[in-house]
Amino acid sequence: MSAAVKERSPEEYKAQEQRLRAVWANPTGWRYWTSVNNYQIGLWYGSAAFAFMLFAGVLALLMRLQLAVPDNDFLSADLFNQAFTLHGTVMMFLFAVPIFEAVAIFLLPPMLGAREMPFPRLGAFSFWSFLLGGIFVCGSIFFNAAPSAGWFMYPPLATDKEFSGIGADIWLLGLSFIEVASIAAAVELIVGIMKCRAPGMRINLMPLFAWYLLIVAGMILFAFPPLIAGDLLFEMERMFDWPFFDAARGGDPLLWQHLFWIFGHPEVYIIFLPAIALMAMIVPTFSQRPIVGYSWIVLAAVGTGFLSFGLWVHHMFATGLPQISLAFFSAASEAVAIPTGVQIFVFIATMLAGRVIFSTPMLFGTGGLAIFVIGGLTGVMVALAPFDWQAHDTYFVVAHLHYVLIGGMLFPVVAGLYYYYPLIDAKKLSDGLGRLAFWLMFCGFNIAFFPMHLNGLRGMPRRVFTYPAEIGWNWLNLISTAGAFIFAAGVLVVVFDVLRPKHRQPRGEFNPWNAGTLEWISEPEENWGVRSIPIVRSRYPLWDQKDLARKVNEGRYYLPDAEEGWREGLVTTVLDAEPVQVLRVGGTSHVTIVSALSLGGAFIALTFHWWIATALAAIICFCAVIYWLWTGTGEIPEKPEKDVGLGLSLPLYASGSDSVGWWAMFITMVGDGTAFASLVFGYFFYWTIHANFTAGIAGPDAVWSLVAASLFAAAWGLMVAARTVNRRGATATMRGLLVLSLLTTVAASATGLAAPLSPGMDPTRHVYPAIVWILVIWVLAHAALGTVMQAYCLARSLAGRLTPKHDLDLGNVVLYWHFLLIAAVTTFAIIGLFPAAM
Amino acid sequence: MGRYFSLSAASLLLASGSAGAQTSTQSALESAGAEAQQIEMLFWVMLSGGTVIWLGVVGLLLHSALVNRRRLAEKSASSIILWGGVVFPSVTLCALLAYALWLMPGLRPFAQASPAALRIEVTGRQFWWEVVYHPPLGPPVASANEIRLPVGERVELTLKSADVIHSFWIPPLGGKMDMIPGRTNRLSIMATKAGLFRGPCAEYCGTSHALMALSAVAMAPEAFRSWLAAQAIPAEGAGASGGALFLRHGCGSCHVVAGTDARGLIGPDLSHIGSRATVAAGILPNTEDAVASFIARSDLIKPGSRMPAFDMLPPDDIRAIAAWLRGLR
Repeated sequence: MSAAVKERSPEEYKAQEQRLRAVWANPTGWRYWTSVNNYQIGLWYGSAAFAFMLFAGVLALLMRLQLAVPDNDFLSADLFNQAFTLHGTVMMFLFAVPIFEAVAIFLLPPMLGAREMPFPRLGAFSFWSFLLGGIFVCGSIFFNAAPSAGWFMYPPLATDKEFSGIGADIWLLGLSFIEVASIAAAVELIVGIMKCRAPGMRINLMPLFAWYLLIVAGMILFAFPPLIAGDLLFEMERMFDWPFFDAARGGDPLLWQHLFWIFGHPEVYIIFLPAIALMAMIVPTFSQRPIVGYSWIVLAAVGTGFLSFGLWVHHMFATGLPQISLAFFSAASEAVAIPTGVQIFVFIATMLAGRVIFSTPMLFGTGGLAIFVIGGLTGVMVALAPFDWQAHDTYFVVAHLHYVLIGGMLFPVVAGLYYYYPLIDAKKLSDGLGRLAFWLMFCGFNIAFFPMHLNGLRGMPRRVFTYPAEIGWNWLNLISTAGAFIFAAGVLVVVFDVLRPKHRQPRGEFNPWNAGTLEWISEPEENWGVRSIPIVRSRYPLWDQKDLARKVNEGRYYLPDAEEGWREGLVTTVLDAEPVQVLRVGGTSHVTIVSALSLGGAFIALTFHWWIATALAAIICFCAVIYWLWTGTGEIPEKPEKDVGLGLSLPLYASGSDSVGWWAMFITMVGDGTAFASLVFGYFFYWTIHANFTAGIAGPDAVWSLVAASLFAAAWGLMVAARTVNRRGATATMRGLLVLSLLTTVAASATGLAAPLSPGMDPTRHVYPAIVWILVIWVLAHAALGTVMQAYCLARSLAGRLTPKHDLDLGNVVLYWHFLLIAAVTTFAIIGLFPAAM
Repeated sequence: MGRYFSLSAASLLLASGSAGAQTSTQSALESAGAEAQQIEMLFWVMLSGGTVIWLGVVGLLLHSALVNRRRLAEKSASSIILWGGVVFPSVTLCALLAYALWLMPGLRPFAQASPAALRIEVTGRQFWWEVVYHPPLGPPVASANEIRLPVGERVELTLKSADVIHSFWIPPLGGKMDMIPGRTNRLSIMATKAGLFRGPCAEYCGTSHALMALSAVAMAPEAFRSWLAAQAIPAEGAGASGGALFLRHGCGSCHVVAGTDARGLIGPDLSHIGSRATVAAGILPNTEDAVASFIARSDLIKPGSRMPAFDMLPPDDIRAIAAWLRGLR
């Protein structure tokens, strides 16, 4: 190695450092907000999520005041219902999930020895979408227009306009928008963790936090799309009266419950696992030794992720499903306790094998675990169908879920805040205030929530705005309210500790906890993540690799310079992290804000049925995204390769599965395919619940369906051919094939449209035509997007930005077409042939 | 206004409690039904086991964090993961699961084996309960907001909904079952002790979800049968004078009172309202004051309810109607 590193003069070193700093610098003034750097995005994301948490916390306090005494009228029934709906919604969608995306965007690049996330602008887009959607949803309560049907939005209460007003639309559209942001962040996290690790950081050397985030991002990818599919059905019912959940016209309210909980249960683990990930970073540091049972904990986390998708029915034990299903889902729900137990015992084992330095982060961590274990044990109880018949929808469950989420998520997050704060500010938070906050929160929490177990068993249902005096819940409710305020005081102490001015406090030392992982190299003063990208040979490189920090900061590893003025990082292989490419990522830009705000505008305008505004905002968003892609992706570099230091030269361009863009497309389409699969699930769900599925309504024409499927297959074949001939250099043929494929797609869409149109299927009449139409619309919308992509590739080729050697765009579009082909053939085969085959 | 009425409702309820009327219980821990008893037992077993496990885990956690000063060898530490994290929970959970699954078929037995003698159809509506008894002999008997059942006999409940999802739950008798539009759920319950129980709606169903409860009265089988026979015929008081006011003010367009021209099907059947434990779906005591206040300001007492407030009527008419309704026993 040393032979390859030329000794540099101090001037040369300074010049390198200055160039690097200039490239990564944040814009100043108001343009600061156009920054896309992972530190800024992570901080903004996290602060916004925390602010939403405080807002939802205030709603909780208002509810506790209302419930402090029986027959209270502090809040009206309607306002109380809005408050509990928003409390749950905000805590889940605007705090618990985003806070981890925030922490991950902030921490992952330095932890993996990367300079940035692979798609910084996507991260910024995700943040701005989240902020706008969050403000829209939260703000509704100030206009007395917040959703009030519960965070689970069960139809028909939430679908029927007689029972629910605009609040339901605000919930659906506002949150759909945020779910899109979450999926965008998940795509970025997965690609970042798989492809952007420091050279040598093989997958089994990866910090546990990265493992957990990889699992969680994967779960988001499979859990959110069913909800998005559900939202689509839901909004079609609300806006256009398609009867997906209307029993009178063949719909079924239970389909929503299935789709919601297929999302909703993994959601719990999406929230919980990253918190355990923070613990998995904190515990080894304060035990001053590597984690015991690295493979155990990784396997347990993967197992939890898998199992969490098989538990959703335990939210539906009282819906009257057959006992055999109840037994199966009871068993599956019990099983998930085992990997959870393994994770807790990994921490205990690590502490036993080390010597624990007990500090504020450990206080919050162990306190949180003590609370969480109670939540886990009550979880084992409610997982059994018979006990759940009593406990379901009572305050017992309210207590259970808060023990799980506050013990398993909020306490570890605060532990993480105290642990990682030096990376934000180079200073520690106050130990004294931390301890005070802990004891207030710990005692307040237990005083508030423990009595709820008893109240629930004494028959107090959830979501009641008041209760009569003589049932015997009065004292326990009053105690809960007092506890809630003590808990809130503890949270306020944390907020104060973070916000109090610290300029008099001297800059803290480097790596103040003597941690072993790479993120502690990064300096809060610098935006570049790591001064140079190191070679990693250990799970705890700062403990095991002598002088690593010094050498990194002296720029002795990869990419210590930014001579061409680009923000650059390394792309490495998935398993072994061998460097394969230099990735140039997008820098500061306003296009992310424009596209996020216009997309948000479209969703908001749609809520109020302002069709023209919706169309305008959608067009602006479309143009912004095209501009973003055209100017910021698939750039052809000025030279094929670049010297990255240490005698290594790497290509600047990659396409196909070597490129991060291909991976992002693949991952996005897996999510998209999951949403499609959820709609197909809906089709067969209706088939199973009805003896006469079609209700005597004439189905789509089989011939039209088969022609449509064949034309889509032909269009796909032409796309694949276009890519192949392009690689051979036949640019003109490629353009011709693209045009041909585009025309075939249009023809395929027209025939696809004719399939349900020719027998005159009316989607408002019965659920059968409605579910057929939604599948067709899904395919046609994707086909429309497909034609845009074809036109884009054509334009890129004509502009000389897509060449035989630089075919990233075309490769990604062909990948999109693989998925489109599957969706189209599946759809037309099902709608055209299945009714006849029955 | 809201304060006045909700307070008055509360004080009325309190008054009824202290006046020596039978008090109702809503606790799953005071079981009086076959299913509830088994589940309560299951709960105590799990609670004891859970407490021991929690003390063990937290004790170990505190020991390892605060007390332990000798570094355990990695191998022994790994075996702690194996035994504590895998073996112990697997064995415990299997045993617990076996116990619960063994309970399940017995808790909610249905049809073929032993057809229940009595079937009660309960339909959830915002925010009250429609009740129809289907005795093995004789015509169906309609009622509302209260079910009565014979002690020691299995009763089959047919649960439906007319609008949104509700959930039927009488904690002392057994667990809950949802009432879902378009679906018919069945539940089998058996009271083992006589008593008055209260069952809240257990699925959030809109504005006044909190104000939707059901009274359940478990009574001796003979008493039950004579009560049911009496319910099948019009109440004695139906012909009394308040009935004319009831009809004149249009109450009959929403309510049924057997033996009169009141045949509306939108609101609860009031044929024997005077004999029920509570009025307005379990939220008010069955007193003349309470009935009168509900007629006058139903919008404040039960926001979102479809019953309009009749405070434009002369107070004396409201009184007279309330008195007449109280007489429908």
